[in-house]
Amino acid sequence: MYEAVIGMEVHAQLLTESKMFCQDDAQIFGAPPNTHVCPVCLGMPGVLPVANRQAIEQVMMVGLALHCEIADMAVFARKNYFYPDLPKSYQISMYDLPLCRDGWLEIGDPQGPAGALRRIGIRRVHLEEDTAKTFHVGDHSLVDFNRSGIPLMEIVTEPDIRTPEEARQYLVKLRAILRYLGVSTGDMEKGALRCEPNVSVRRAGAREFGTKVEVKNLNSFRAVKSALEYEIERQARLLDAGELVRQVTMGWDEVRGRTVEQRSKEESDDYRYFPEPDLPPIRLSRSWVQEVGQQMPELPDARRGRFVDKYELPEADAEVLTADREVADYYEAAVMAGREQDLEPKSVSNWMTGELFRLLKEEETELDAIPVPATGLVELIALVEKGTITANSGKAVLREMFATGRPATAIVEEKGLAQISDEDALAAIVQSLLDDNPEQVARYRAGKETLLSWFVGQVMRATRGKANPQMVTALLRDKLQES
Amino acid sequence: MTGPVGRVTGGGMVLELHEYTAHELQDLLVAKQITAGEIIESVLQRIAQVDEQVQAYVTVVGDSARAQARAVDERIARNEELPPLAGLPVAIKDNICTQGVATTCSARMLQDHHVPVYDATVVAKLKAAGAILIGKTNLDEFAMGSSTENSAFFPTRNPWKLSHVPGGTSGGSAAAVSAGEAILALGSDTGGSIRQPASFCGVVGLKPTYGRVSRYGLVAYASSLDQIGPLTRDVTDCATLLGVISGHDPRDSTSVQAPVPNYRAALRADVHGLRIGKPAEYFGEGLSSEVRQAVEQAIEQLASWGAEIVDVSLPHTGYAIADFYILAMAEASSNLARYDGLKYGYRSGGDAGDLEDVVRRTRAEGFGDEVKRRIMLGTYALSAGYYDAYYDKAQRVRALIKQDYERAFAQCDVLVCPVSPFPAFAIGEKVHDPLQMYLADVYTVTANLAGIPALSIPCGLTAAGLPVGLQLKAPWFQEPRLLRVAYTFEQNTEHHHKTPPVEESRS
Repeated sequence: MYEAVIGMEVHAQLLTESKMFCQDDAQIFGAPPNTHVCPVCLGMPGVLPVANRQAIEQVMMVGLALHCEIADMAVFARKNYFYPDLPKSYQISMYDLPLCRDGWLEIGDPQGPAGALRRIGIRRVHLEEDTAKTFHVGDHSLVDFNRSGIPLMEIVTEPDIRTPEEARQYLVKLRAILRYLGVSTGDMEKGALRCEPNVSVRRAGAREFGTKVEVKNLNSFRAVKSALEYEIERQARLLDAGELVRQVTMGWDEVRGRTVEQRSKEESDDYRYFPEPDLPPIRLSRSWVQEVGQQMPELPDARRGRFVDKYELPEADAEVLTADREVADYYEAAVMAGREQDLEPKSVSNWMTGELFRLLKEEETELDAIPVPATGLVELIALVEKGTITANSGKAVLREMFATGRPATAIVEEKGLAQISDEDALAAIVQSLLDDNPEQVARYRAGKETLLSWFVGQVMRATRGKANPQMVTALLRDKLQES
Repeated sequence: MTGPVGRVTGGGMVLELHEYTAHELQDLLVAKQITAGEIIESVLQRIAQVDEQVQAYVTVVGDSARAQARAVDERIARNEELPPLAGLPVAIKDNICTQGVATTCSARMLQDHHVPVYDATVVAKLKAAGAILIGKTNLDEFAMGSSTENSAFFPTRNPWKLSHVPGGTSGGSAAAVSAGEAILALGSDTGGSIRQPASFCGVVGLKPTYGRVSRYGLVAYASSLDQIGPLTRDVTDCATLLGVISGHDPRDSTSVQAPVPNYRAALRADVHGLRIGKPAEYFGEGLSSEVRQAVEQAIEQLASWGAEIVDVSLPHTGYAIADFYILAMAEASSNLARYDGLKYGYRSGGDAGDLEDVVRRTRAEGFGDEVKRRIMLGTYALSAGYYDAYYDKAQRVRALIKQDYERAFAQCDVLVCPVSPFPAFAIGEKVHDPLQMYLADVYTVTANLAGIPALSIPCGLTAAGLPVGLQLKAPWFQEPRLLRVAYTFEQNTEHHHKTPPVEESRS
């Protein structure tokens, strides 16, 4: 039996206004190549970096959210290596004095009892600059420097993760925190979040670590999990065969579902780190740390707890609704709007986690991209709860709202979906039905009460399904009992 | 020209405009006795006359200088208020970026390849002050050297003796000011590169406190040591130019927020009661007798004008050269890594070979020997397994050297010492012994390591007619004190009135 030991290195692009060391606009997605550039991020002779305060504060927030110790003093360092995407031939990063260290993040413990938690240690969180992007076209390469100098945060765990599922959970949780803090989109497909796990295996119970292998080129959390599963299996097979695991960097081949050796790490790189002389050390006064801490929004764990306590939601609902900040914000806005209509928070949760999420999934879209505001959803739920439309009509109306952005009332009116809940109108229909069917009335009154459903059915037919069934039933009972 | 001339105007002697100081020209300009166009023409003519021998300039921008001079004259005609350096031609060392004007660092790596898209902060400040860029001056390739012989293009010659070096690395700027090819100049000083050429060429050169002047746009050699500063004919011009280029720059995080004092106001010819420290370590073995004599005499003069001479010690001076070169080369190895032939600058052999080949060949062909030597030594000092023994230890020694100065300045207000152990030497004389060249920087590098301001002012001529400089050092941001002592010395001596023969001395 083997046990895996996994560590995770995550790089996240920060959502700052400007780049890490210059004034260029950091929102580069979709911009034509080499349009968000200046002498500084092009590494031209004579330029100097100036550190972005917003980026430092964002990393401080992440450090606080991950229960890290925030350094009194952090120092930028130069990491020296040659590559076309690195215009200065060194990356300004941090080395022995990072901004944050020694924190943790809690994830669910799959091995433990329900609700048990496991802490994954955070070794360090630091700040650096992103590199440019190289494209290979035919027999030549092109470099787009838009990405050069985008603030990049690196979060490194202790080797505390034991299974691929734990690795996935860690990433899900970490990304939720980054999104809650508004410091990163966490979008892996766009490269805003990059995961590089390292994994080794050892005999269960052994204290020594095995040889570590780094895995790259992972574009989704699922890929992280699959790659780790594959890699653990591969290493275990090697050990079973009496072979050694070599220290290499593996790349994940998504198509073939396997890891492929990228390069040997036997000759370890010497980056010749030294303190960046162009940037003075960053002093992080406790009052600054406190100030930044006060600006932090509520984090996922706290919000989940509050949803359970305040809205009396089941754990499962609260978990789903707080996994994403936008979703949780939407839910709370809906609950707030629903108060005036006397909607229960649980009923809002049911509609969101049920019908709304199903549509989002079907349409492959996100909550912030749909034309249905929280107040719109509440209006729809109220129509159903008050009996204006049936639950089934409600689903159809929501789909229409989703597609057109029109309010529920307009759709209900246009399609004539409103239930007939007017007591007088229904009473008239019921009366005429009874008048037309004297034999059935007599049989019912003689004791054949099962005929009630036949009467209800006739009313529904006459109203083409729009009659409020509960009201029709009550009216029929009353009238049939009269004599 | 007829050899050395007195600078006394109105004494019947006709001075060419290029022989005046900036403040004299400015007075004449304001009084409308001359025009900016005349100043520029005089200097351009002088360049045409002597630069073939001196070779101070890598680039001269005559047309744009003339155009700017015309603009200044129009402002004068309209009686507009003039900025502090209006119409004054300034030469800029060619490692300081000038928008639209090639900035080569006297390196093959950047020759014909690099025209900056931006102005260095000091250049922008000079332009805002009305100064006119007249050209870019020669230096040792990427500011590595002590004689300007390491220029990849040509050596600059000393206007006092054309067979001799002007010093370095700001040799072009020092020679230009000395020879009347510029009125004012900027240099950069990493280990003495302003002060040593100033002393060799008989001009005033100041390395400001680290952080006083923005480095933005100075092509980096050793970032923690580099500082831009003025080279001028006299102390008054030095004070004016320093005032224009100083100040915090939001683009340079190592520039300091401290307000810029009025340096001209510090120019009082009075050293009464000032304690002037004489560090024993700067007068020991290796100091040539002629330099020693000139400096000792200057110290006696300062004492005779009321200064108190105090013997002090800077005990870690013996480690300074090793310390300086480890740190400077380590930083240089990283700063010069960007020249890979991929983005700008020289590229070897087009696209032949793979990426690593291109970078390797580009750097092999594009850099000169001295630059390669320093990159290799610096790379070594930062390598895994050597970092602690070299770079880290050097940082700690640097702190001790700084401490030496703190202790010395508790006993005195200003320090006085030689700039270089010897005066200008013959071209080719030391070029094959880099270590001897490094050791000659012993009196200047400690000011860079400590970050304090230091200045060189002419204090005599050797028997061979070569200038000797007197070095003054003051505590951090005490440039006014430095300028006051220098001004006192200048006002009581005649050294700054001497001008080089240029043509006659050609051997």
